[in-house]
Amino acid sequence: MKKHLLLIGILILSVLGGCANATDKNGGADSNEPTQGGSIVIGIPQDLDSLDPHIAKAAGTDEVLFNVFEGLVKPDQYGKVNPAVAESYSLSEDSMKYVFVLRDNVKFHNGDVVTTEDVVYSLRRCAGFEDALDPSVTVESAFSIIKDIYATDNKTVVVELTAPSTELIYYFTTAIIPKNYKNQATAPVGTGPYKFVSYTPLESFVVEKFQDYYGTKPYLDKVTFSIYANIDAAFLELMAGKIDLMSQLSSDQAAQLTSIYNVVYSNFNLVQALFLNNDFEPFKNPDVRKALCMAINRDEINQMISDGHGTIIGSGVFPGLSTIFAGDLVNYYKFDQAAAKKLLADAGYPDGFSFTITIPSSYDQHVATGEVIVEQLKKIGVTAKIELVEWSAWLSEVYSGRKYESTIIGLDANLAPGDVLKRYRSTAGNNFINFISEEFDVTYASALASQSDAEKAELYKKCQNILTENAASVYIQDPAQITVVKKGLGGYTPYPVYVMDISKLYYVK
Amino acid sequence: MRKESSGKKNSRILIVGSIMVIVVLLFAVIGLFWTPYDVNGMDVLLKNKAPSFAHLFGTDNFGRDVFSRVMQGAGASFLIAISVVLFGAVTGTVIGAVTGYFGGAVDAVLMRINDALAAFPSVLIALVIIAVTGNGKYNLVLALGIAFIPSFVRVVRSEMLVQKELDYVKNLKLMKAGNFRIIFLDILPNMRTVISSSLLIGFQNAVLSEAGMSYLGLGVTPPDPSLGRMLSEAQSYIIFAPWYAIAPGITILLLTLGLGFISHGREK
Repeated sequence: MKKHLLLIGILILSVLGGCANATDKNGGADSNEPTQGGSIVIGIPQDLDSLDPHIAKAAGTDEVLFNVFEGLVKPDQYGKVNPAVAESYSLSEDSMKYVFVLRDNVKFHNGDVVTTEDVVYSLRRCAGFEDALDPSVTVESAFSIIKDIYATDNKTVVVELTAPSTELIYYFTTAIIPKNYKNQATAPVGTGPYKFVSYTPLESFVVEKFQDYYGTKPYLDKVTFSIYANIDAAFLELMAGKIDLMSQLSSDQAAQLTSIYNVVYSNFNLVQALFLNNDFEPFKNPDVRKALCMAINRDEINQMISDGHGTIIGSGVFPGLSTIFAGDLVNYYKFDQAAAKKLLADAGYPDGFSFTITIPSSYDQHVATGEVIVEQLKKIGVTAKIELVEWSAWLSEVYSGRKYESTIIGLDANLAPGDVLKRYRSTAGNNFINFISEEFDVTYASALASQSDAEKAELYKKCQNILTENAASVYIQDPAQITVVKKGLGGYTPYPVYVMDISKLYYVK
Repeated sequence: MRKESSGKKNSRILIVGSIMVIVVLLFAVIGLFWTPYDVNGMDVLLKNKAPSFAHLFGTDNFGRDVFSRVMQGAGASFLIAISVVLFGAVTGTVIGAVTGYFGGAVDAVLMRINDALAAFPSVLIALVIIAVTGNGKYNLVLALGIAFIPSFVRVVRSEMLVQKELDYVKNLKLMKAGNFRIIFLDILPNMRTVISSSLLIGFQNAVLSEAGMSYLGLGVTPPDPSLGRMLSEAQSYIIFAPWYAIAPGITILLLTLGLGFISHGREK
């Protein structure tokens, strides 16, 4: 027995040793030269909710479709947007009119050249202007200030606004799709560096290099996104080296894979929170929500799940949006079980209460967070029960239907500073926590309209203040994004938004 | 002579099997009332600790005591498996007995439905039912229970076809005994050996099915332990913390192998 324990000990030490090595090589991109060609398999932990980029709601879908579709502009790894389908753009002095000049000869994957007609159609579709609109299209609410979209010649598209906005440019990342193409949901056609090959629900999404891509050509010929029910299921495949790249691992999982993978630590750029349905009875009372904020030990969650690699947050913005992130709110609610209990008693729940946390079962990280939270809430007499649902059920019941009590999820955001906060407006279609605050609505509107960056940032910080003071939800962290990249594979680039850019990946010589 | 030695061997298997099952059962029953540690109690400092005297089977990725979780997980799996088998057995026996005894159109229709049900793997049926009813302990019992009906229907029906032609049944009919009286009070008691061995085999299958379903994330919801779910979660730690996978794995092995030994030992 002793011998066995010793063996196990040695095993652990060697794994830990491997871990230390990997952190040294942090970045995954070795200085070696890239080679052309090759194919890889990327593991993803959820199915795609739609292949039509204007219908897809899930962050995990955007992450994949980022490689197939492009907007007039495209985000880069530094948090800026660069011209893509548009060659250049300009904003009028009063911030009321955007003018885009299209790049010459940008081709769709079906060989057609992108015309202003396609661009106008795509933008109008997203803005909800198209008459015979497919009701499942997610209308971009930021586009509600658009007055008109039209082409002035065969190279120029003009967008006129009803209210000034300097932020709207970040939303023109929305996908440009061909106008007269009806099979977007089954065989998507875009302008991105990779084109669609096949999609098997619950199994895989395959793309190949688009030879006519106007920009820097990608290195890899073919990329298969393999869909796994959860990380546990993918883990044995990872151990066998059958997956070349996978994100969303726990630090324990990554630590066991260091012999064939490099481990990259980055930020998820998500707002992970225990989202409370503000319309559900005990959570209608702000004091109850505040009590939960104080009862949950965010540091323990971070330690437990990602060995402290995550970043604790205190409001609805992740730190990656540095210009508007209100850092002083991180410790607004201090972990204090006694105070939480007292607050709960004063609110009329001296014996606590019980509620359900609905979590999509494919996200290990959120499920694990839930398990820790259940234990923490037990200590103030609150009984939380976890209910696992399938991803599609989560989207329809919780996110769209708002039929839930609480949930744990990570919310992603566009690079536009206000994007991450716009869902908390009383009337927002995606305000799934039913947060109602007139003060927030007013502050948000003036922030959006503001032309001065400093004033804008100030107002957005005030918005975060309102969220935190009202304890809109229990904000936890921007989770650690732990990615394993097969050794010999370079170019993995973490983005400040939730995307996976495969065009930069390559095999090193 | 040969017969004797094989009888001895069988009884030895029966004893070994019984011991295996009883040991697991004992811990499972104790686990329902008492465990060395709080099954869901977490501790960051105790993450993934190897087996020791304080934690016999080590700790998991949340610093929870694996031994305590196996005890309670075995109890949960056990209760679910028993409910599943009872549900399947009672429903299946009634259907099988009635259709076998009366025959005719109802028999033909019900048996074709039964055939259709039996044609699908039981886990697949259970998955479909869960997809419709939603996840949870009770829905899992219902789902697996329904999936277990066909095998009982078949066994009971075929035995019923034999029994109803026997003289004692004919005599009872001549004595004008009611059909249901004959089925439930006379024939079924005579079928107890057949039924009890299908119960044992069914129970063994139910333990495995439950483990399989909770391995897929259905059934017992976290953080409460169940053997299958523990196995599923342990996959990611199989090199790092092998005890996490070994403990529930061995428990399932002991339970199902023991049940197998018992039903094997009871033959003859």
